[in-house]
Amino acid sequence: MKKFMKLSAVSALSLVIGASAAFAENIKIAFIDPLSGPFASTGTNGLHQFEFAVDQMVNDKGGVLGGTNMEIVAFDNKISPKESLIQLQVAIDQGIRYIAQGNSSGVANAITEAVNKHNRRNPDNRVLFLNYAAVDPALTNDKCNFWHFRFDANADIKMDALTDVMVAIDDMKKVYIIGQDYSFGKAVAAAAVKNLSAKRNDVEIVGNELHPIGKVKDFTPYSRKIIASGADAVITGNWGTDMVGLGKSLIESGYDGPIYTYYAAGSGITAALGESAKGRIRLISQGDINPIGSDEARATYTAFKAKHPDGNIDQSRIFNVIGMLAKAIEGAGTADDVVAVAGQLEGMEYDSMWGGKLFMRPQDHQIIQNMNVGVHTNEGIEFDYDNSGFGVLTESTVEMASMDSPTTCEMKRP
Amino acid sequence: MELILVNIIDGLVTGLLLFMLSAGLTLIFSMMGVLNFAHASFYMLGAYFAYQISIALGFWMGLLIAPIIVGVLGAGVERYGLRRVHQYGHVPELIFTFGLALLIEELVQFIWGKNQMPFNIPEVLNYTAFSVAGNSIPAYKIFMIFISVGIFMGLLYVLTKTRVGMIIQAALSYPRTVESLGHNVPLIFMGVFGVGTALAGVAGVIAGPVLGTFPGMAFVLGSIVFVTIVIGGLGSLWGALVASLLIGWLTTFAKSYNLAMSDIFNAIGISTPENMDDNIFRDLWTVTSPQIADILPYILMVMILIFRPAGLLGKRES
Repeated sequence: MKKFMKLSAVSALSLVIGASAAFAENIKIAFIDPLSGPFASTGTNGLHQFEFAVDQMVNDKGGVLGGTNMEIVAFDNKISPKESLIQLQVAIDQGIRYIAQGNSSGVANAITEAVNKHNRRNPDNRVLFLNYAAVDPALTNDKCNFWHFRFDANADIKMDALTDVMVAIDDMKKVYIIGQDYSFGKAVAAAAVKNLSAKRNDVEIVGNELHPIGKVKDFTPYSRKIIASGADAVITGNWGTDMVGLGKSLIESGYDGPIYTYYAAGSGITAALGESAKGRIRLISQGDINPIGSDEARATYTAFKAKHPDGNIDQSRIFNVIGMLAKAIEGAGTADDVVAVAGQLEGMEYDSMWGGKLFMRPQDHQIIQNMNVGVHTNEGIEFDYDNSGFGVLTESTVEMASMDSPTTCEMKRP
Repeated sequence: MELILVNIIDGLVTGLLLFMLSAGLTLIFSMMGVLNFAHASFYMLGAYFAYQISIALGFWMGLLIAPIIVGVLGAGVERYGLRRVHQYGHVPELIFTFGLALLIEELVQFIWGKNQMPFNIPEVLNYTAFSVAGNSIPAYKIFMIFISVGIFMGLLYVLTKTRVGMIIQAALSYPRTVESLGHNVPLIFMGVFGVGTALAGVAGVIAGPVLGTFPGMAFVLGSIVFVTIVIGGLGSLWGALVASLLIGWLTTFAKSYNLAMSDIFNAIGISTPENMDDNIFRDLWTVTSPQIADILPYILMVMILIFRPAGLLGKRES
């Protein structure tokens, strides 16, 4: 009951704030991601981080352009590309200029195409697409366009850094690749095969398989197959409940090797994996959480925990999105002319509070940053995930990963 | 070869879990003619209640108390919801249960949030019972098998050997006659609904730690339960058991072997086309069994509906 009272008080308060904020001309960012369905937790946690980043980094510091606040407007896309396009249209009709989306490259592919088309047809109210997590390499290669900016390392960059760490393990002979059956899962698999065969030709890929996304009830049959293949290491790009399901069932079924992942942290995943996965799960990510990147980051994380005791900053790049966007808007002197803002973002160098320098590569709008490989553990953890005592401890870092990686992007500028 | 044994055990666990859900649903359907869309939501409630109780009192109290709460809730839904809607016919009943399913999902998200809950296997059962060629069979899975088989035996005994069971069976086919003999048929309905939802609750409690306790858990399992009772024959307990095991083994085996469609075609004498890129059957040629594992039960259901509309062990003519 107490929780209920608190919740209703918060929602009443946010209504009041929402109503009063509507009078000022805020810079609105549409957040289009799943807020219901199987991946609701991933989407909701992302939303909380965006809302907090906007308040902490912009609004509490007096806003941008001499006092204009930023505001996140949430849209639920139910992880469906079709629904996302409807929500995108709603956002554009409300006069929103900035679109943030990250969960599922399938959705990102649809949005980037729709944004490109919209901007071509409506030069008067163009929008920018801030992609904070969709990592299909095509988005900054064949399908790249001037309006899309990616603030996360793409699947190729991540796999390059991850395999750098893997190939150093001498007794790793057999690798099994498993992922979700859509563009991202396929991109991870392709990158894994390419990198492993280039870096260690004695490593055998004993399995390469895709499973339906968000529909697998029980991963046990897959685990059995992986164990039967004799794999020494497993690579997966799974996220959300698919990651928990796969991780738990692998460990329970008796698999005893390491599991290399992209997204096995936060959103309840860390708590659900818990003790059983200690030292077994490794993941590639950006931003230094343990050990923390800076005192500012420590203060931010502490303030975030005070506001969302059940939440995590598991996507620190969201803070980079807001920081870089604010810097670009200041530099352009306007938030309405997105061409000028995009021009500022191109080639921007930004010092992240989560450690390291960020560089938005102008030729394909792919961010370049340090990549960390961390391990799921409860030792040396200052900021745990899901209040579980477990977190991700950085083990190795690849500086400015894939800075000179090639791109097939032929960007057309307005 | 060893993998076959492992898969038989895994499929058995999946099948028996499905059975606990479909047993209640098939009883409720045959008695009241209501397709309870919210059945899987009671399964989810079972898992969440048990998680909450397990924090305070441990897993075993959760296993004991959570299904009772779910059953009481279910009985309440029948008594104060369904019974009132019943007089308006079947469509309002369907809509009522459908709305209830949505409501329960939203409520669960409201109270527990959208994250997966750290509901874990109890320490006593958190060990490997035995392993077959490097594949561990967790003790918890053996425990799941025993619980489900125990419940099936108990249910079968009550329904066929006791006076209560006989009245229930009679009320299934001739409710008016049973009523005129002086039995309280609405009370029986309420009881069956309560027991059916409690069974779903038990399934939720024991499945929560292995399949994950998250707001989407009802959604992932929802439709397959209906498929099970259609294949087994509406109202047949044995049918529900046979269909559940069939689906459990079918999907488990399809997922753990990479059987490619091209191998099957080659085996029956059709050779793989040279140029796959412009072949109109390209998708058919490249499909593998794990990819279609989840639609196999639905294909089976369509076949059953065509060739044996009453289901495998169903008796009804209509």
